Amino acid sequence: MSDVPIPVKPKSRLRIALDSDLYYTFRRSPVAMVSAAVVLLLVLSAVFAPLIAPTNPFNPASLNLMNGFTAPMTPNAFTGETFLLGTDDQGRDVFSTILYGMRISLFVGVAAVFFAMVLGITLGLISGYVGGWTGTIIMRTADVQLTFPSILVAMLIFGIAKGVTPVEYRDQMAIWVLILAIGLSDWVQFARVVRGATLVEKNKEYVQAARLIGRTPGAIMLRHILPNVLSPVLVIATISLALAIIAEATLSFLGVGAPPTQPSLGTLIRIGQGFLFSGEWWILLFPAVTLLALALSVNLLGDWLRDALNPRLR
Amino acid sequence: MADPVLSIRDLSVEIPTRHGIVRPVDGVSYDIAAGEILGVVGESGAGKSMAGNAVIGLLNPPAHISKGEIWLNGKRIDHLTGDAMRRLRGKEIGMVFQDPLTSLNPLLRIGDQLTETMLTHLPISRSEAEKRAVAALEEVGIPGAAERVNSYPHEFSGGMRQRVVIALALCAEPSLIIADEPTTALDVSVQAQIIALLRRLCRDRGTAVMLITHDMGVIAEATDRVAVMYAGRLAELGPVRDVLTHPQHPYTHGLMASTPLASQGKSRLHQIPGAMPRLDAVPDGCAFNPRCPHATDKCRQAPVPRVSNGQAACWYPLVEEKVI
Amino acid sequence: MLAYIIQRVGQSALVLLIVGLVAFSMFRFVGDPIDNMLGQERTAEDIDRLRAQLGLDQPFVVQYYKFLEGAVQGNFGVSYRQGRPVAEILLERAPATLELAMVSGVLAILFGIALGVFTAIRRDGLLANVIMSGSLIGVSLPTFLIGILLIYLFSVELGWLPSFGRGETVDLGGWSTGFLTESGLKALILPSITLGLYQMTLIMRLVRSEMLEVLRQDYIRFARARGLRDRAVNFRHALKNTMVPVITVIGLQLGAIIAFAIITETVFQWPGVGLLFINAIQFVDIPVMAAYLMLISVMFVGINLLVDILYFFIDPRLRADRSGGH
Repeated sequence: MSDVPIPVKPKSRLRIALDSDLYYTFRRSPVAMVSAAVVLLLVLSAVFAPLIAPTNPFNPASLNLMNGFTAPMTPNAFTGETFLLGTDDQGRDVFSTILYGMRISLFVGVAAVFFAMVLGITLGLISGYVGGWTGTIIMRTADVQLTFPSILVAMLIFGIAKGVTPVEYRDQMAIWVLILAIGLSDWVQFARVVRGATLVEKNKEYVQAARLIGRTPGAIMLRHILPNVLSPVLVIATISLALAIIAEATLSFLGVGAPPTQPSLGTLIRIGQGFLFSGEWWILLFPAVTLLALALSVNLLGDWLRDALNPRLR
Repeated sequence: MADPVLSIRDLSVEIPTRHGIVRPVDGVSYDIAAGEILGVVGESGAGKSMAGNAVIGLLNPPAHISKGEIWLNGKRIDHLTGDAMRRLRGKEIGMVFQDPLTSLNPLLRIGDQLTETMLTHLPISRSEAEKRAVAALEEVGIPGAAERVNSYPHEFSGGMRQRVVIALALCAEPSLIIADEPTTALDVSVQAQIIALLRRLCRDRGTAVMLITHDMGVIAEATDRVAVMYAGRLAELGPVRDVLTHPQHPYTHGLMASTPLASQGKSRLHQIPGAMPRLDAVPDGCAFNPRCPHATDKCRQAPVPRVSNGQAACWYPLVEEKVI
Repeated sequence: MLAYIIQRVGQSALVLLIVGLVAFSMFRFVGDPIDNMLGQERTAEDIDRLRAQLGLDQPFVVQYYKFLEGAVQGNFGVSYRQGRPVAEILLERAPATLELAMVSGVLAILFGIALGVFTAIRRDGLLANVIMSGSLIGVSLPTFLIGILLIYLFSVELGWLPSFGRGETVDLGGWSTGFLTESGLKALILPSITLGLYQMTLIMRLVRSEMLEVLRQDYIRFARARGLRDRAVNFRHALKNTMVPVITVIGLQLGAIIAFAIITETVFQWPGVGLLFINAIQFVDIPVMAAYLMLISVMFVGINLLVDILYFFIDPRLRADRSGGH
């Protein structure tokens, strides 16, 4: 810190909350603890999928078409092999595909939210701190975009990006296009909150003091304003993560997301839906339950976090 | 003296919290007679509003009456619940809130808010209620009442809205009005008008008034008797002249000395050292003892006697010579 | 009031112009229209002729203007995939989507508001808490999973309701409706529940939180202090104030229903514009995408405009110039 005396900066709300009440309410909320445990379990099993999964479902060498349509926990009629959650039409172990699928779902979700967060915070800070024409244009864009449901925006961006991408790269690029599409469809929330907080903070004494001692706008925004908006941003990020996971699954389910070569949970459900009528329920059910558990526990965590950081809303 | 309109006997309100039970009102007793204005004064958090809310049955759970009795016109009302209590509100007890800007429903015409209140409590027809609504607005001094009944709250100024609020509180002719800081949110120039209005209406109708305020000026101007509250307890109760000029409780004395009254020509205002204790940390004995210049060991240990009219809850009430 | 409405209409027009620009840019820059319309065997003359025919040799602004002019007249070009005019395809499919969206919207609004009010008033009640917890599952449950679940239960297991399509439709002067036949109505049940459920949950949660906020207000305390009946306090005083902010969101949700219909239509193979759009994305059929975007924007902007005007009738504070107030 600089040795010039400046008015004491209020402790950021996030810091205070983490020090005391947040942890306290966490320990007192069974829902929050269970959700956190589920999220942790799912994330860990996705990260360590290559170690946990019995087979690598995307390595053609390890597949045996004879194993196709094996029901869970029953030996295959031809090969006698048993699979915990059964196999799909191509003999891929459903448990393994779920683990690998979750990797993709989580990666896309986290990356998209991170992208949206960085973009939203940056644009929000700029539009709040700099204001003027730049700020107006940013917020107007946000308003127009907010008129449309984000899933539609994501589909559109996906469609355009797909059109721009040469055909031979489309499958490879699909994951990144997906991140771009979901991220771009979701930055507005962050920008609005950050902008609002910036407008409030920028007129406070400590920010003016920082300006007087010659700090650059960039430094002021990062050191002084940003910490004050972290707790609402954290809440939005958690809730956005649930939404992003669902958005990714939805797009993939609709066939405009992760390609069959890199299936996410949504792709797996899309594949499984085809076997619903023929009785191979496990191909659909297990990915669906995993997706639901993931989305629900992240949502519950976000809900709890919002209540905990913002007691007035309870 | 006739039977009082309101009689509170040893009333306590408790709120269970994370840190144990808090008692924002602790063993308070006072009466208000018909046509009398009792001022309830104290710092914020002293329990003065909480006592008013207990009387009208609008304590927010988990706050509840834990002890004591409330009598209204000879009927005990502290144990009434639900619909029975609801019938009393507006009909027997009117209430005026602090902020007239937020007390009125912005989406309903004030005439509708008046007639709706009257039709709830009085056996009259809608056209009669509409007539009375105009009369009620005239009575509280709203010019052009016949047209203004059709206005929405945002079309009135703050002072005018508080007049509307008073009209609403009085329209079913209750025998008791609880006015909770009715002038705090208003401009100084309007405050006196509202106080005068309240005084006039209650005198004319013989309504008893509980006037809750932290403003000693309002107390001096409007009330007949004063109840001084400190940390949920009654510190002193007596006729307004006596309390203002010869306070017996050291807290009242400090409060008077720290109030810039026009009549006093003091150049420098007195300050009471320290602050009122948090309600979860009220000291033993007299609640005021840590801040009291006259406190002794007795004050720190023995609970002070409860007060009745003209008394202070103090082991060593001030007599005149002692006034600094 | 007139000034306010004119301002709103102006803003809506601006939004449409911007969306038009996006749609046009897609048209113009995403993929080469010439490539898309001419096959592999083409000559330089063919390209030039088509370029002139499509007006691609003209300046950008002129092209944009022409595009808008065409769009206003309902001319969005020809689908790359089907080779038919886009407007014709859209018109043919619009009734299916609109009927589905209408039924879902009504379901979502009615049940959403009713449940929201209930859970707000009975805030600590057991049933209210059960509904609230259920709603969180509803928010976390992706629409397509709800659809699959319903199909599994009511079509596969019970066999009561059809799992895809619209059933029999009746043609009413170019509008094919499923409201008039038994199979049409039956086919509508599962998709409309699927589509409405998520919006219903959102509306319910919003109504609840807004109503709780309103119930904390001074004027509600004052209404109680005047001894008004609970019914009057909750419904006359609280609900009306709750609806002011809720209406905007409900408007947005109605728009969202039309957009989310894409998902439901895919699950149930419902022959509406949503299914058309998703196929267009898969095959990069730009004219169809652009037209769909324009169509849906007009609906959104129209709904928003209606909502803004509706405010006038609800919130007297907006009618500032109405009477001689202060």
